[in-house]
Parts: sequence; structure tokens; C-alpha cells
Amino acid sequence: MSQAAQAARPAFTGRKARFVALCLLPGAVFVLLFTYYPMIRGAVIAFQRYNLFDITSTPFVGLDNFRAVLAEDRFWTALRNTGTWVAVSLFFQFFLGFGLALLLRRHFRGRGLYQAWVFFPWAMSGFLIGLLWRWMFNGQFGVVNDLLLKAGIIDERIGFLATPGWAMTSVIVANVWYGVTFFAIMIMAALQSVPAELYEAASVDGASRLRQFWHVTLPHIRPTLALIVLLRIIWILNFPDLIYAMTGGGPAGSTDIITTFLIQQVIGGDYGRAGAVGMLVLGLLLAFSVFYLNATRFERSR
Amino acid sequence: MRRLAKGTVLAVWLLITLFPLYWITVTSLKPKAEIFAMPLRYWPGEVTFEHYADLFSFADFGAYLLNSLLVSLAAAAAVTAIGVLGGYTLARFSFPGRGALMLAFLVTQMIPLFIALGPLYLLMSDLGLLNHLAGLMVVYVAMLVPFSTIIMRGFYERIPVALEEAAQVDGASRLAAMVRVVIPVMLPGIAATFIFAFVQCWNELFLAITFIDSEDAKTIPVAMNSFITQYDIDWGSMAAATVVSVIPTLVLFAVIRRYIVEGLTAGAVKG
Repeated sequence: MSQAAQAARPAFTGRKARFVALCLLPGAVFVLLFTYYPMIRGAVIAFQRYNLFDITSTPFVGLDNFRAVLAEDRFWTALRNTGTWVAVSLFFQFFLGFGLALLLRRHFRGRGLYQAWVFFPWAMSGFLIGLLWRWMFNGQFGVVNDLLLKAGIIDERIGFLATPGWAMTSVIVANVWYGVTFFAIMIMAALQSVPAELYEAASVDGASRLRQFWHVTLPHIRPTLALIVLLRIIWILNFPDLIYAMTGGGPAGSTDIITTFLIQQVIGGDYGRAGAVGMLVLGLLLAFSVFYLNATRFERSR
Repeated sequence: MRRLAKGTVLAVWLLITLFPLYWITVTSLKPKAEIFAMPLRYWPGEVTFEHYADLFSFADFGAYLLNSLLVSLAAAAAVTAIGVLGGYTLARFSFPGRGALMLAFLVTQMIPLFIALGPLYLLMSDLGLLNHLAGLMVVYVAMLVPFSTIIMRGFYERIPVALEEAAQVDGASRLAAMVRVVIPVMLPGIAATFIFAFVQCWNELFLAITFIDSEDAKTIPVAMNSFITQYDIDWGSMAAATVVSVIPTLVLFAVIRRYIVEGLTAGAVKG
């Protein structure tokens, strides 16, 4: 907010207060009733025995739900898988996206059109993308198998989504395919924010392009990169749609991440346990968010 | 040499991006026997629209389409209207609780709504909104209001206050100034927000499958989810359903691509 706009803000008097309240009321009511209330109720339910198949008795049971969840092997598998899913997806999305951004950085004929085409996965939901890749990774009639066979890379078809190790690889491939564009766009914008004078000064000093990139570009966009990555971590963590559509967390829980695990608990009707898992996910997200907000403040203070 | 290498890499990436869409479209146009035939054909030997016809005869896809359209249009309209009002006050007034409200909205963007899927189900059940499109609608509005309000606030802040003041000096009330002077300038942003909200609702899966299981309230994702059975998927119909449901969003996203990119990058790059 600029100084001028700040000064032009009218004083907060009765009539204006009413106007503000009326404008904000609808949004606040919706968010309060359908977002915050369920979240708070979920936090309470996490300490209750609450099963959809027996809602006549819902006593408070202390930490029982948390204990039950933490005692489950599937939960720990899901937690480990979440680490793999986030780290490997992020790694490839970031570096491929960075590469794409560098290639798209300078203007060339047809760049706008190219961006428009490359952008299209964004119009699709994680669910649809999951279905798309589920069909492509099909063990018998999948086109991925067919292409790999034709290229002589494999000798016989692989049951990608039916084999534990391959299933995780497959969902990550789909996720990388989806996320590269996001990074490319964000990093391109960051690159364009580097003032041209900095490069001019660097080339006057005789710095090579690689050195310019290392000493001028990278330090300048580093805070933005940190932000983009943190945002992305939260987003990948919150993205069970693709896995749900491709494998449903299987085979044998090998592609379960913490959020697909949560959804299975809800579908199973054990809301007490689902609440406990929800609280654990929330704790994880909160840790990331605090980290993220600190990073934002760090960038603003620069 | 450099240019050639760059061109090749870009072309390969474009191919990788587009191939899945091509493949699902080709699958949807192949006769059943050909979908499950070896060797795979990369171009349909015979083009058929039987899978599309099946969608509308065996499955009641026309009704699902209509449901999705109705919910998404209504929710997007409400979300946009609420954002236009809320964003304006957040951009133009300072008042007690403004920071807290912004924070409360921002926090919801970090936490997925499905974290409270169970309690939401109970709430909808208490309100008698299960299996009603209206129920889905209100939840979608709640899901998207923080986004639309925050993004609208950003649009308003780019408009000089002087513009409104000039109108107010001419004797127009604050609301009239907003409607007559500010809104027209914001129209592209408003349209982009509306479309973005529409696509989000159109694509939403987990809330919909939790609240809806009656045939006459199903949206497209709910219907497609029920196509997935334990062992077998009719890939012809699934492919056709994918193509039908993705076409509107592809067109709409192409229209607002510039604004999405702006909105995304404005948030992170400018801090």
C-alpha cells in the first residue's frame, strides 16, 4: 500500500463501519461456519470415540485415537512415503522447471503460443490427471509399456501400478509432469525481476554468462525461490487427488501419503481417528507455514 | 547450434506435455476391441463416437453435466460477488480486526478443507444438506471466498484512489462510485476470478463424493469416481468422460491464463 493511498483512507466512522461490516459479513460467515467450525469440531472429535456406525455413544477417550493411529504401521509407512513423494517430486519439478524457465527467458517468435500450450495441464484436476496416467501406466495396454518396449529399454511389460516400488515411481512421474509448468512460470517471473543494470554492470566487468548467473541472478532471486519452494511443499503435501485416482494408495499401502491415509479414515467412517490424523497433518502444515511466514518477513525486510 | 539445441529441448517438452491429452482423446475415439488390442495403435484404425453416446445413454451424463454446471456457476457467482465487496473494504479501509481477518483468510489457503471432511459431513447432515446441490454450493463458496477476497483486494490496490474520489466529488455516493467507476476498470480481473472459481468447483472431487451419493445430485467427478470399480475400468467411457469434462476448463483457462500467471506470481515474487 503506497503512502498516498494510506493517507487517502477515510476515517472510520459509524456509517463507514456499517458499510465495511456489510461488505465483509457474507464472506466471514461462510468461512467461519463451513471452514473454521468444522476444523474446531474435528479437533474435538479427535479426542472422542466417534464412529459413523455407532454415533449413539461418543465418549471422550483422551489420547486413544492418537495412540491407535501412531501404533499403526500404515501410518508410519504413509509418513515415510510422504517424505519421498514430496522430496522427489519437488526435486524434479524444480530443476526441470528452472531449465524450462531459462529456455523461455528471452523472447522468441511464438513464445506466447508455446507457453499457452505448455500451460494446459493446469486446467485439469489432480483426479483427471491421475486417471490419465493410470491408463498410460496400465500393465497390459498402457502406452508407457509399449513405448519402452519399442525403444528396447525393457523386455517385458511392467505392472507399474501393481508393483510397490514402481507404483511410487509412477505417481511421482505424473506429479512431476503436472508441476514443472508451475515452477517454470514462477521462476520466469523471478528472473524477469532482476534489474537489467545489474547484468550491464557485470558484463562491463567482463563476467562470463555462467558467472553472471551464479553471482548476479542467483543471489537476487534466492529469497523468491525459497518462497516458491516452501509454497510448493505445502501444496504437494495437500495433493492426494492424483494418488487417489492412480492407485488409491496401493498396492499394499506403498503409495499412501498422509493425506490419502486421512481420506481413507473418513471413508471408513472412523471420524475419531480421522480427526487425530487431521490434527497430525495440521501440525505438519503449521510447522511449514510458520517457516513460510518467517521467510516472507525475511524477504520484505530486505 | 545453440538455437537448434534449445528448439529441440522445447519441442520435446511440448510433446511430453501434450501426449497424455492426445492419448486419452485417441482412446476415447477407438472402438472397444481396438482399445484392448495388441499391438497398440497410435492412430485409431476406425473412429467411433460410441463411448460418447454410451455416456449419455447408459450413464446419465447429461444430468451430471447440468449438475456440475449449476453448482459451479452459482458458487462462482457468489464467490466473485463476495470477493468484490470484501476485497474493496480490505483495500480501501483500515479498521480494527482487518489484520486478523486477512490472517484468518490466508491460513485457510494453507490448510486443505478435506482435513475437516468428517465434521463437515456431520454439519451438512445436521443442516439437511446432504445429497443436495445447494449443500455442495455453500461449501464451495466457503472454500473459495478467501482466495477471491484476497485477489480482489490486490486488484483494487492497483487502482488509484483518486479515480473514486473524483467520482465522489461529483456527488456520487461511495457505493455508486464503486459500481460506476471502479468495477468497469476491474472487469477483466473480476472475470478471471469468476472463471478460476468456476474451474475449481467444476473439478472438485473429495467434498463432492463425501456429500453426494444420490443419482440426481451427482456432479461429473462423482460420476467418474463411480466408474472406478475395484478390478475393472471401462476405459472407453472413462476416456470420453475425461475429454468431455476437460474441454470447458481448457477453453476457460486459455482465456484467463495471463491473469492466473499474474495472480500467482504477484503473490510470491513481490512478496
